[in-house]
Amino acid sequence: MMVGAAPFGVIFGTLAVGSGIPMWATVALSVFVFAGSSQFIAVSMLSGGVALPVLWLTTFVVNLRHALYSATLLPYARHLPARWRWPLAFFLTDETFAVVENQLRHYTGELDGARYWMGSSLAMYLNWLIWTVVGVAVGQSVPGLATLGLDFAMVATFAAIVAPQLRSRPVLVAALVAGLVAMLARELPFKSGLLLAAAAGVAAGVMAETLANQNNGNSGDADTAGIDDSASFKEPF
Amino acid sequence: MTTTYLFLALAGMVLVTFGIRLSFLVFGHRMHFPVWLERALRYVPAAVLTALIVPMALAPQGAVDVSLHNAYLPGAIVAAAVAFFSGHPLAAIISGFVAYGAWRFLL
Repeated sequence: MMVGAAPFGVIFGTLAVGSGIPMWATVALSVFVFAGSSQFIAVSMLSGGVALPVLWLTTFVVNLRHALYSATLLPYARHLPARWRWPLAFFLTDETFAVVENQLRHYTGELDGARYWMGSSLAMYLNWLIWTVVGVAVGQSVPGLATLGLDFAMVATFAAIVAPQLRSRPVLVAALVAGLVAMLARELPFKSGLLLAAAAGVAAGVMAETLANQNNGNSGDADTAGIDDSASFKEPF
Repeated sequence: MTTTYLFLALAGMVLVTFGIRLSFLVFGHRMHFPVWLERALRYVPAAVLTALIVPMALAPQGAVDVSLHNAYLPGAIVAAAVAFFSGHPLAAIISGFVAYGAWRFLL
């Protein structure tokens, strides 16, 4: 998992600096926000001169899945004092959730589970920071990277993340609708077409899932088999 | 990109993200996560990321460009195809870059 995050950390750092975002802001994104996909999206939006409310709202939508993790892990944190729960919440990411959720039920001691959880959180965090700094260094030492087609790195990275999820029919519908609306709405000011497209895509995905379930005689979520909980939220960061 | 703009952008992102993560772990003793929201959230990453890349790949300069001069399109298609069939994101990114670079070099 940590090895998997490395290239994305490097690409993020390189890309951000290459897009004209200052070093301090690039590192600050990894230190304080610590959320891979929303950091990438922020780079693309900031370099396009996005209106801040649109950026914040997009961040909210993209990171809202962390609330689900927060809710799922609550039973393991209920008994912990606030000085444990606050930092554990800060470090909560897709990777930490994927690793920790499986392991926590094996721990019985009062603080054993929390120590494991905190340990893997810190490891993921330091890993992400180190690779971000490496990426920043690469971006700094190769001036003019952006003109070498670095903006394509964003396209390739996102395509690589999304494509495997398209094996699920409702996710495919969501992506197609989101892409279509994004094309039609791309001239809207402040990149607000992105939110419109995301909303349309999500609505289409939910509808497609509902329709598929009805056609299967309500036999459950046969057509959503490709997106079991762990696979759908996880990103390779 | 002024310093104030970036600072505000960051501060807002931190508040939003940390707030979401704190929600249940710190404040959520009596809250319940609604089922409809859980369903909808499954589609957010695919919808947002696709909405970002489709205009970049089809219209890198703002106007729709599906000509041979648009290297983004073949690059994105290769990256997506490799990821779809192999499931290896890094291999997909590298192949996409090779396709993109080769396209620009050759045409």
